[in-house]
Amino acid sequence: MFRMTRGRLFAALAGTLAVATAAFPALAATQLTGAGSTFDYPFFSKAFYQYSQNNSDVTVNYQSIGSGGGIEQFTAKTVDFGATDVPMTSQEVQRAGGGVLQVPIALGGVALTYNLPSVKALRLTRENVVDIYLGKITKWNDAALKKTNPGVALPDLAVIPVNRSDGSGTTYIFTDFLSTVSPEFKTKVGAGKSVQWPAAGSVGGKGNEGVAGSVKQTPGAIGYVELAYALENKMEQALVQNKAGKFAICTTVGVKAAAATRPDVNATNFSIVDAAGADSWPISGYSWVVVYQSPQDKARAKMTKDVLAWTVTKGQAIAGTLDYVPLPENVQATAMKTLNQINL
Amino acid sequence: MTPTTPTNPPITPAASAGRADRAFFITLWAAVTIFTATAVGLFIQLVNGSWQSLTTFGFGFIVDSQWNPVTGHFGALPMIYGTVVSSFIAIAFAAVIGIGAATYLAEFAPRQIADPLATLVELLAAVPSVVYGLWGLFVLVPILRAFVDPFLQAHFGFLPIFTGPIYGVGLLTAGIILAIMILPTVSAISRDVIRAVGREQREGGIALGSTRWETTWRIVLPAARTGIFGACVLALGRALGETIAATMVIGNKSVIAASLFAPSYTLSSVIANEFTEATSDIYISSLIELGLILFIISFIVNGAARLLVNSVFSRNEGR
Amino acid sequence: MVTAEPAHMAGVVGKRDPGVTARYIASNAWIGFTILCILIAAGALIAILGYVALQGASSVNWAFITALPRPVGVTGGGVANGIVGSLIIVGIATMMAVPIGVLTGVYLALFGRNAFAEALRLLADVLAGIPSIAIGLFAYTLFVAPFKHFSAVSASVAFAIIMLPLIIRTTEDAVRTVPRAIREAGFALGLSQFSTTVKIVLPAAQGAILTAVLLGVARVTGETAPLLFTAFGSQFWELNPTHPMAELSLQVFTYAISPYDDWHRQAWAGALLLTLAVFALNLLARAALRLGRR
Repeated sequence: MFRMTRGRLFAALAGTLAVATAAFPALAATQLTGAGSTFDYPFFSKAFYQYSQNNSDVTVNYQSIGSGGGIEQFTAKTVDFGATDVPMTSQEVQRAGGGVLQVPIALGGVALTYNLPSVKALRLTRENVVDIYLGKITKWNDAALKKTNPGVALPDLAVIPVNRSDGSGTTYIFTDFLSTVSPEFKTKVGAGKSVQWPAAGSVGGKGNEGVAGSVKQTPGAIGYVELAYALENKMEQALVQNKAGKFAICTTVGVKAAAATRPDVNATNFSIVDAAGADSWPISGYSWVVVYQSPQDKARAKMTKDVLAWTVTKGQAIAGTLDYVPLPENVQATAMKTLNQINL
Repeated sequence: MTPTTPTNPPITPAASAGRADRAFFITLWAAVTIFTATAVGLFIQLVNGSWQSLTTFGFGFIVDSQWNPVTGHFGALPMIYGTVVSSFIAIAFAAVIGIGAATYLAEFAPRQIADPLATLVELLAAVPSVVYGLWGLFVLVPILRAFVDPFLQAHFGFLPIFTGPIYGVGLLTAGIILAIMILPTVSAISRDVIRAVGREQREGGIALGSTRWETTWRIVLPAARTGIFGACVLALGRALGETIAATMVIGNKSVIAASLFAPSYTLSSVIANEFTEATSDIYISSLIELGLILFIISFIVNGAARLLVNSVFSRNEGR
Repeated sequence: MVTAEPAHMAGVVGKRDPGVTARYIASNAWIGFTILCILIAAGALIAILGYVALQGASSVNWAFITALPRPVGVTGGGVANGIVGSLIIVGIATMMAVPIGVLTGVYLALFGRNAFAEALRLLADVLAGIPSIAIGLFAYTLFVAPFKHFSAVSASVAFAIIMLPLIIRTTEDAVRTVPRAIREAGFALGLSQFSTTVKIVLPAAQGAILTAVLLGVARVTGETAPLLFTAFGSQFWELNPTHPMAELSLQVFTYAISPYDDWHRQAWAGALLLTLAVFALNLLARAALRLGRR
């Protein structure tokens, strides 16, 4: 009669594991690694997947450990390329040993979402947005908001501005916008991936889902999220007035229009917020990929370059399917020019 | 029964057991050395990593209320407050409920349901922290905001801790989520410790005419108290260091407010939120210094707890 | 043999002192309180697990468990490599943490009478409070940065460090509760310290130690932060522990914070799998323990 003992149980488990291990095929493709921006992750996962379908000898393992993490790992040379929402500053480039090429790779917008069940299509001027986040406008029936929304019954409810508590490129684009539009915001707060928010009634949420969740749960709240997030989750957006005076919600068309006004974007001059043009969405920004100009492992660098070159050109067609904004053609050309500077 | 620091003379084996024991001692020492090296190494790395902010801000870091990544001015006071308060709320709830649950499972539960129930409670430990965070944000926050917080404010609003606007997210919410997360630690370990108390102790109590509760309360639990206390200490440690779940429901605002309804910030939340995006040296250094402060807070709290235990409990020893 | 009630006891049996009754009522009330506590604990679990199951159960199927991750919009994505990765990483972590933890706990229990041992205990408690991201960073500095690539082993090291305080403390307490009489009996039989510990004391304490190990495993299985800089993650099959590897809780986290509904579904399904896997492990381990007891 068979008796189960501890030893036999253990042996059975070990045997299963051994058989399972042996059954897996060996990996033949070269695996490149990239790390950084969380914003880029969904786009990259689809783009690189598609690339590997077309080129079976290369796979790309990209992980979203954050832009800062991406720059750290890039500097430490533990990855083949890094991805960051804000280009590396001159100090960061120096720390990485110089010779860093920065390539625009993805484009996105920031949408404003709010929770006022009785108000549809809330309109906000750029000053309104600044004043809300500075804490100057504390009630929804404030005179300034009433002026922007004539004829709309705004409730006597506290305004609760929600911001991102985790460092993010989305916060950078948003604060860049606020700083560009308002010198007071620039001196008081400034632009950054993480800032000290001055409004007394403000609340911080972690990640897009934290902000969206807080806004959804709290009547009177207003918050900013990635465009893809707002579209995918069908969130109620506030209409923001752009520089040309038009009120509109954030759309891929609006972001693309804003990007097209600055074709000469580069790592030192990369801001496209508050862009001119009737169709431009004022709160937009790029995401960047960083590679070394003179890499040591030339074979891997060539494969990395090919992947990135495909991503900034043919791969941009995938962007639209994920609610990202494809790079305008002129920016694609800039990106390719930069990539061609890699010394192979 | 079992003292924290034993005062009885050590019992020794027969002298002939030499060689096996020497090898045994060596393995013990090897393990101890690895552990000590790891813990000390961790501390050294924290100090090393935070050196820049330690020298730049000095002691002021702990009493400064500003956390401004743009200007590079950092101060940790609001986070220290948030960490300490939320962790103590958590352990207060978790200790009472956890020990109560453990007592039931170990003493009063019928045989058939005790084990399955115990496994169920331990299962709480398996839920990923991001799930706790999301559940907290989408289930707990609305409940607190709509029912519990207004109730507390209506009936106990004269206390400063229940004043102020109600957001749903805040210190109290974070404390509750942390309490649920550390509950299995308290409960599972306490249950084992209580069960280990010898039968003779209980039987003695019953023989003397105590009720079931009196036996438990006056004989069993005191016998198990060192282990239970240890469980609470471990649980408190977990609460201090928890990152993701807390940050999703605490409101992430670096201010000190008297009310438990106000948004707050914990040391680990800041690290979790900003570390992956921090790029400047002083920023990273300040974040690591937060980790160092957490280490020191944990050291102080645990050290104080040990002193308390040693003085209170050992006074009753000597049976 | 039934004897008649002695005269001086007449009327006493069957009648209770009201003070005694009060104590019995109090006793039942307190027991009721403990029942309330367990109900709260169970209630919390049902609320959370129920929510996870509600969100994710519909997405859990065989394909999900055996497929590799797919980008958004491509159907058939799964978490197979994450499951395998979690098993490997947590498995190696347990193999590291249990020997060191148990041996240190034994040391503290048997020989821990001096200041050094007190300091060690304090250190273990303090270690329990370090945020997991700091521990991940430590593992990164030691095992990733010098080698210039990520690896599953570095994640295992981080996890092992997280598990250590729990195992050390519980082992020490468990070994201490083993009655002196049993240890003395071992010595009386001529056994060495080593044999007594391994053959008598540890088996007596194994239930408690197992609880601690399972708690530790449950905890690290749900950890994400330390993995960011150690195991790194992967969308591909990987069995080599010196390479970056996928891990289920990391995948759950990455999916959960994305904007896409499809990935949210998968995040919940993954979370459900995670919890169920730990549950299964729990049952398996306890069954193995019972087998060992013959």
